[in-house]
Amino acid sequence: MPMLLEIEGLEVRYGRTHAVRGVSLGVATAEVVTVLGANGAGKSSLLKAIAGAVTPAGGRIIFDGADVTALSAPERVKRGLVLVPEGRQILVSLTVHENLLMGAYGRRDGDVARDIEGIYARFSNLAARRDMLASVLSGGEQQMLAISRALLARPRLMMLDEPSLGLSPLLVGRLFELVRELNRDGLAILLVEQNTRMALRTASRGYVMELGRIVLDGPADRLADNEALAAAYLGSH
Amino acid sequence: MSGYWSGILAILAINIIFAYGIFVTATAGQLNLGGAGFMAIGAYGAAMLGEQLGWTPALTVPAATLLTALVGIGIAFPVLRTRGVYMVLATFAFAQVVTGIILTQPALGGAMGLVVTEYVDLPVLLGVAAAVTIGVFWLTATRLGLAMRALHDDELVAVLMGVPARAVQVAGFAIGGGLAGLAGALYAHHFSFVEAQYFSPLLSIYVLLFVLIGGTQTAWGPLVGASFFTIVPELLRIGGSWRYVVFGVMIVAMMMFRPEGMVTRTLLARLMGRRRHADAG
Repeated sequence: MPMLLEIEGLEVRYGRTHAVRGVSLGVATAEVVTVLGANGAGKSSLLKAIAGAVTPAGGRIIFDGADVTALSAPERVKRGLVLVPEGRQILVSLTVHENLLMGAYGRRDGDVARDIEGIYARFSNLAARRDMLASVLSGGEQQMLAISRALLARPRLMMLDEPSLGLSPLLVGRLFELVRELNRDGLAILLVEQNTRMALRTASRGYVMELGRIVLDGPADRLADNEALAAAYLGSH
Repeated sequence: MSGYWSGILAILAINIIFAYGIFVTATAGQLNLGGAGFMAIGAYGAAMLGEQLGWTPALTVPAATLLTALVGIGIAFPVLRTRGVYMVLATFAFAQVVTGIILTQPALGGAMGLVVTEYVDLPVLLGVAAAVTIGVFWLTATRLGLAMRALHDDELVAVLMGVPARAVQVAGFAIGGGLAGLAGALYAHHFSFVEAQYFSPLLSIYVLLFVLIGGTQTAWGPLVGASFFTIVPELLRIGGSWRYVVFGVMIVAMMMFRPEGMVTRTLLARLMGRRRHADAG
């Protein structure tokens, strides 16, 4: 399968902290890949470096055959490499509709209005609150808004950083259902999760990070059966 | 209209334009405590162009505005390297440097100030203030305005949505600086005299208060804040020296009970909702 995203020997440093140490990984077209690991393993730093929000200290990022390592974050968004960051991703002083408009910020085509209507048709909760401040949305609705906003950037690869964080089990189920749906429509997804079991059930392949390095990788079902991983990361689930 | 009230209206018009200058920069997430410096450059720029080159206000005012916008771009680069309280201090220092230069340059009149011969009357001031108000309302609804507000909320998210953060922030300083310069140029031509002492740190603090207490969420904020701070102290004059106490207490109360400013988006939504209700009923 052709690789859409290829990372080679990526390094991220914050001052003296060495957050990502020589990470190499790949995501194929229309594939779901998950990156697992404990807090502080370097997963978020990895995603931010791929998105261009932090500058890597070394390594290469190849997207769709082109080296994007030197490109700015906005330029990567235009090419379809989009990150939904962890935590408060909502622009709280903007309305729901304005948040969606921000998702299409890098687009110059005339289809934005039609695409936003498509989002409203899919998520009736967002449609009902389109002119309200995004801060009034519930946690689950905010996550839907964050993903919808990222969709409006017309991504080819969407990176999700801990999307299930703080959601109820019911909403986590709905979220992963949405991830599978988007993937069926042809979107490649790089998913960072603490909810290891759900992530491995959704992804085709997985990588496990520890202290900035990839210590384990393979097909998702094999990782789910791996006892070392189970002991380290699946124990509580 | 008495000379007293026309003087107040002139100051009100200038304060509104000045407040919008600080507001536009604040919308993009930057606090500018050097407003007086930008206003001084606009005032002295207009004064010098008028006196030395004989230009009319129709030329000096736009030229001084443009000059201040360029200064805004120039200082945006060093200032944007700093964050939070350090940015506030950097803009504050900038204003001090501007007045310092004016005071030490005999060509700029030094501490004596400069006389400005060409006069701009009150209707022009009010017209420009109205145009700036409409212009800023329009700006906040544009793509650039949306990007500014997004940056103000969360710089990381805005960048991840494709907003070129640095360019938008520099634009915020350029437009904001230009408006402060416009306020200065009109001040110079209306009051026919400029002196460095007027552009004091206190002026920078006042205009920042207009904006913060008026509210930074919508373009109504600076209009309401500047009007409140210009008119209420005058109305309180009947109370003699007590007016300072009353006014101070009002500001403290405002900050305690309404830290997000007088006009918020929630308040506007509520007012609009009520009007829609009234229309229906």
